[in-house]
Formats: sequence, structure tokens, C-alpha cells
Amino acid sequence: MAEVDETRRRMIFRTLQGVTLTAVGGAFWAGFVHENAQAELVLRPPGALPEDEFLATCIRCGLCVNDCPYDTLKLGAYGDNVPVGTPFFEPRKVPCYLCEDIPCAAACPTGALDLLSLTDEEGELDVSKSRMGVAVVDYNNCIASRGLRCDACVRACPYIGDAIFVDTRRNPRTGKHAMLVPVVDADYCTGCGLCEHACVTEEPTIIVLPREVALGKAGEHYDLPSPDFTPEVPENEI
Amino acid sequence: MRSKLRFVYAHYRFLILRRALQLGILLLFFGANAWGWNLLAGDLSSSRILGKVPLADPLAVLQLLLAGGVLAGEVLVGALLVLIAYALIGRAFCAWVCPVNLITDLAEWTRKLLGFREPPLMYLNRKLRYVVLAMVLVLSLALSLPVFEFVSPISAAARGVAFGMGMGWALLLAIFLFDLFVVRHGYCGHICPLGAFYSLISRFRRVRVRHVKDNCTLCGLCFNACPEPHVLSLVGKHDGTVNIPECTNCFRCVEVCDDDALFVSLSGGWSK
Repeated sequence: MAEVDETRRRMIFRTLQGVTLTAVGGAFWAGFVHENAQAELVLRPPGALPEDEFLATCIRCGLCVNDCPYDTLKLGAYGDNVPVGTPFFEPRKVPCYLCEDIPCAAACPTGALDLLSLTDEEGELDVSKSRMGVAVVDYNNCIASRGLRCDACVRACPYIGDAIFVDTRRNPRTGKHAMLVPVVDADYCTGCGLCEHACVTEEPTIIVLPREVALGKAGEHYDLPSPDFTPEVPENEI
Repeated sequence: MRSKLRFVYAHYRFLILRRALQLGILLLFFGANAWGWNLLAGDLSSSRILGKVPLADPLAVLQLLLAGGVLAGEVLVGALLVLIAYALIGRAFCAWVCPVNLITDLAEWTRKLLGFREPPLMYLNRKLRYVVLAMVLVLSLALSLPVFEFVSPISAAARGVAFGMGMGWALLLAIFLFDLFVVRHGYCGHICPLGAFYSLISRFRRVRVRHVKDNCTLCGLCFNACPEPHVLSLVGKHDGTVNIPECTNCFRCVEVCDDDALFVSLSGGWSK
């Protein structure tokens, strides 16, 4: 039997110990970080980069939160189910009031909130270009689509007529009334959540979801014109 | 009364300054969010002085760059300013700024109060922090996420004070208990990758602790006070400055020394 080199054996063993500890620790660490970064229903401030880029750019400093005049924005803490330290808002509590000078995005030191994406051709800030999310209506529980005269969400929208409008339909139950059904146009909706905040039902029947969660994709091979949801209605009816 | 003040000055002047700075920074962060103060706004990841001068955690910026983030110039300038500052004054962040130091020093204080002298529950090598730092960089690159920022108790503490703690207190309590019962100086002295990062750039520091061997009586007070006692390897052996990178320049050794054997030294010059 060959002579055993004890020093060499010990060195190899110590190396394996170190490698194992690093690998196991690293796997747990990576697992935790990966899970924590998967919060899909988080709404970001105006101008936020797409979520994966946002998480690699936001330094978690809270300067956007400091400069939010309505205390809309919060920084995710452990237990919030938000990637820890990143800014988010919950419109049912406090919606985004779409400040014209966009102080949150202007405060961002890293570019995770991209002011350029909120700037029009003339170089003026245009908060209507925000795409924080998109409002989605639960028609089964919305009281307007069940015949009551409610247009709270529509009236709350700063882009009424573009991002949301009333689709007046005949109420077949009474036969002589109209139903004021709210319809959202995702092409114009900023996801500010003023509608969700204004909704009168016990649980909001219009809620803002991240666009990548709520919106589908037709595919490049469909060459179709953009839809026009806006119904032909006389001026005085809105 | 005068002699009492003199005693406090001799033995606690740096400690008092450190606590004032650590708590003052937290207060400014809190005030910036709660009351709109402008002197220092943000948190320890990135902040602004008077709304103008940017500051940023260079390790956080490095993680974001490795994660593939395309960062604006402001935060890069902020990181550079902080990097230069700590290259000049050493790993002072850990002793003078970091809020976790309040927690780990409290654990050490409790340890001494209760007279714990048990050997550590597990052995940790003080070089482990460099492995953790390497893991931070590799995992940030691999996951395209700033991995330390997801678990950092430093960010959790500073951000928690300014913006709401959530369950972050559990992480801080865990570190307190770990330092108290498991390993003495466990987190800051063995694990923290930010401390490791600042140690690496502290080699060029212009502020060091200086030792005069002839005055030393080998009483051991400095070793007992030091959170990184291996940096005091020259004490009682030869004159010179503390050059080992893990020294946090907390100057506890200087103030506990009753024999004028340890001083603060500025780029070769002397001052007490």
C-alpha cells in the first residue's frame, strides 16, 4: 500500500470543508434572495425601469420616498412581501397623485426611476407617460355593472375619457334604465390607482395590477390596428 | 467634578463622539423622511447632503454594477467620494457610522456585564468575511441582483429607523444574540462583507493607531477593549503603527490605555 501523505490529505479535506460550507451557504443565500425578488404584484413609482432591471439599479436609498408629498411611496421592509428596501405603493391606502414635477423620479440618484421615460419630445416632464400598472375591473362585483348609478372610479381618473370611460348599456332587468359600466383603456392608464382608491365597494372592484401581470401579448405575426374602445357618446353624457 | 470630567474625557472621548455620530446620522435620516430635513437625506445605501452632495455605499454600487444595472452618474460620484474618504481614514465606517456597531457593542457590553468567559460555541475564522465578500460579488453577478442588499443588517437598521423597520428587528436581534452567546465579536469581526470591503481599501489609510513600546506595561486593557484584537499584535513588542487592515480606528485602545503607550497618528504626524 502506498504511503499516505497526511499533510496533503488534511489540506484537501480542509479545502473540501471550505468549499462545502461556501456552496451550502451560497445556495441558501441565493434561494432567499431569489424568492424575495419574486414579488410579482408590487407597484413601482413613476418611471420605474422594468422589474428585473429595476432590481439591479435601485440602491434602496429612499430618496423617492422622502420626496413624495403624499406619503404614497413606502420602502419595503422585511415582512412586506416586497423586495426589501425598494419603493412601492398600495393605491387602496394612498394612490399616486401624479405630481406634474414628478419629485420621486427626479430624486432618484441611480436612474432606477427613469425621468427620461417621462419626458416628451419638447423636453417637458409629462407624468401621463407613467406606466406603473393598469386598472382591472371585476365586473361581477362592480355595482355599476349591476345596475347602480356609480361612476366613482371614472370621476376619480385624471385621464377620464382616455384611460377610463363609461360604457352606457341598456339595463335588461328594468328595461328602461342605463348601466354605467366602467371600461379601462390600457394604452392610456398610468396605474396611479386613484380609481382603486375611490372605489366604493367593500373590497375594491377596480384594482391596479402590474402591467406585466395583467396584460397579454398578441404576438408579432398579428398585423392588426389598435383597438378603439371609446364608444360614440355625445359630449354632455360624460 | 473637574477630575470626573477629566476622567470621562481621557477614557470616553472617542466613544462619546462615535455614539453621537452614529445616532446623529440615524436622527438625520429619520428627520429627512418624517419632517423633511435636508441636511442628510436617504439612508446608508445612498444619501444626499443638503440636497446636493451625493454619497453612496461603494459596495452596494459595485453589486448593482455586477448585477448589470446601468447606473446614473450621481450615484457613481457618491460611491467614489465615500471610497476616497475611507481610503484616507481606514475602516472607520464600522466604528463611527454603522448602526450595527451599536448592537454588537451592546452585546459585548452585556457579555462583560454578565461575566461571560465561555469559549465560543463555534469556531469562525476572521478571514471568513473575505469569503463572504467574494460570495457577494459572485452571487450578484450570477443572480443579477445586489445580494447583500437583500440581507444586510446595516441597511436594515438604517433604513428601518428612517422608513419603518417591519420585521427587520428580528435580524438585528439575531445578530445581538449571536454576538452575545455564540461568537464574541461574531458578526462585525468575522462575517460582515462590508467590513471586509473597507478593510481591503484601508491599507492606504492616513490615520492609524501608534504604539510606543517603552510606555507599555503589558496590562492588556487595549486587547480587552479591541473588537479586532489581532490588529494589536505589535503592542508590547515594538514601536510603530497598527497596519493590519481590519483595524476600525475606533480608538478604544487609545482611550483605555493608562500608560501613554497608544496614540492617534495622522499621516506620520503625532497627536493625542
